[in-house]
Amino acid sequence: MSPALVTITLLVVVPMSLILIYSFYINIDLGVDRPAFSFENWSELFTDNYYHVAIWKTFRLSVIVTVLAALLGYIPAYFIANTTYKHKWLLLLLLILPFWVSFIIRTLSWIHIMGNQGAINGVLLWLGVIDEPLQMMFNEFAVIVGFIHVFLPYMILNVYVSLEGVDRNLVPAARTLGCSPWQAFREVTLPLSLPGLAAGSLLVFVLTAGSYVTPLILGGPNDFLYGNLIYDAILSELNWPMGATLSFTLLVLLGLVVVLYSRIMGMNQLYKAFG
Amino acid sequence: MKISSTKRYETLRERMGNGDMDRRSFMALLGYAGIAAGVAGGSMTALSRHAMAAGTDIYFEGWGGVVSEALRKHAFDPYTAKSGNKVIDSAFGGESEVLTKIKAAGSIDGHNMLHSSGVSWYQRWVDNGYGSELNEANIPNMVNVMDAIIKPFRAITPNSLSAVPYDYGTTGIAYNTKYVSKEEAEALGANLLLKKELKGKIGGWGGDWANRAWYGALQSDQDPNNIKDWDAVWEKAREHRGLIVKYWESGAELMDLLAKEEIYVTEAWSGRVAALQAQGHPIGYLDPKNGLAWMESMFVLKGSPMADAEELLNFMLAPETALAVAEGQKYPSSLDPNKIAMSDVIKGLPAFDPTGKLEGLVFRDPTTWNPVEKAQKKQWNRLKKGA
Repeated sequence: MSPALVTITLLVVVPMSLILIYSFYINIDLGVDRPAFSFENWSELFTDNYYHVAIWKTFRLSVIVTVLAALLGYIPAYFIANTTYKHKWLLLLLLILPFWVSFIIRTLSWIHIMGNQGAINGVLLWLGVIDEPLQMMFNEFAVIVGFIHVFLPYMILNVYVSLEGVDRNLVPAARTLGCSPWQAFREVTLPLSLPGLAAGSLLVFVLTAGSYVTPLILGGPNDFLYGNLIYDAILSELNWPMGATLSFTLLVLLGLVVVLYSRIMGMNQLYKAFG
Repeated sequence: MKISSTKRYETLRERMGNGDMDRRSFMALLGYAGIAAGVAGGSMTALSRHAMAAGTDIYFEGWGGVVSEALRKHAFDPYTAKSGNKVIDSAFGGESEVLTKIKAAGSIDGHNMLHSSGVSWYQRWVDNGYGSELNEANIPNMVNVMDAIIKPFRAITPNSLSAVPYDYGTTGIAYNTKYVSKEEAEALGANLLLKKELKGKIGGWGGDWANRAWYGALQSDQDPNNIKDWDAVWEKAREHRGLIVKYWESGAELMDLLAKEEIYVTEAWSGRVAALQAQGHPIGYLDPKNGLAWMESMFVLKGSPMADAEELLNFMLAPETALAVAEGQKYPSSLDPNKIAMSDVIKGLPAFDPTGKLEGLVFRDPTTWNPVEKAQKKQWNRLKKGA
């Protein structure tokens, strides 16, 4: 058995199997579970609209974040890949720099930027553009901003790696054959950078769909994801069997996204994008 | 001849570069070297820690923010300096988080003492088998603790305590005095949280179902310790949800939202409001009739180093320590004001009871709240999300 298979078995298959087994247990009281082979939790998941709404909200928000991250991430990635600046490593370092700061701190920082007494409202009030602070916090917009802020580097790095691999002679060749700069980008650069774009999108989608802290900090009462339901079940209601059911379902749903990706792009594209 | 790891790595790399070794073998050897270094490094780190810390490590988890700062400054640091034992303190998101971690790990490693909230959680820890048995003879300062605050804990574990009561407070209503007058707040009481004109400027604690239910009971004119109509309670919670901008999840977030005027009104912990007032923020505090009071204890988990934990608890209950912590965290101490003279600062804290009998405060009755917790907490988690 190869080391990779052993690692995957020990770190993924075994824990997930335990979670699956736990999903059939019965929660008797808070924090007290009884081993059983009951479909009670699964039945609740399939029949209760509460969970279906959360799944819909999660996938909807993940798509929005992924699309916006792709649009916003491509531009800096393209710039870094094509710049003649001799200290390109510095640009890449700047990209990685935010990872040195805690995820929670980075998320909380938006309160100081978009809050009632934040930088944006402060400037607008000072300029006389508005009379009272704009409500930018604690809504879906703030959650999306928070997600993009945190996950954008993943997108940029993936697209950058892909663009770096594109033969530098191809665009000039296309231009000499009569392509406009836009046509050369659309017909040559963009298709060749798609593996990176797709890999980045997959990462951002999966990371967003599995999140729960960002909506807690930046969202209002209507802003929650499926991950928040798992958090409630495990940490608040101390109902591990239900939490296990919800967790396993999320794994399967995100697994399906990866399968869909591999059907469309091919897994070899993912390997390529990750170098 | 001994060679360094760096030298060994360079030799290996050179051999691979010369074609003396294939890449797979090179990576395998590098991997083994990494594992060896990790194992050796790990044990060396453990040994060095052991050597550095002559005393015992006591892991403490609490509520963070000003509360943890007060404990660290006035209790843990002086205790470490005196005893040589190290108190490693950290903040939790709630006791359920700790219980989940301990259950998942299957051991209490890294968890010894908790700033536990209320009698309900005391009961839960004991019911889950984590209750230790404190030797009160090793905590002589217990003699100064109010009988009234010890009584409910002793009722659960008559033979020995697993915790010492340490402080108490209330969850009342905080309001920004620029937008809500004291007279209006007192006139509306718990219904201030439902004032429609303040829509979008109201907050609520999202982390505790019972807190929401307590206020729902007050707003639907029920006795919180004897709720008959849960539908009416949750209807009020729905009404409140329709008016709020955010449910806050921690004391630090509560203070931030009030200080930055993101919210004008919310239920709030008395000590956190006192801290805001001390910082000069225009925040008023109201304990409505039958408002929620609670007591907190220092709970020692079963399997912890008991002698050291008892020594720490005794240090924490020494009047000079307990009163300094109380002033710092802005919650009255569990020490009996009839036995220990309280400072003017403590006498001025919200919820402070000069009689030492706590008869003016209404606490959550675990006999009526614990049996309904499983069902009603689930209901609250759904309602909070609009279901």
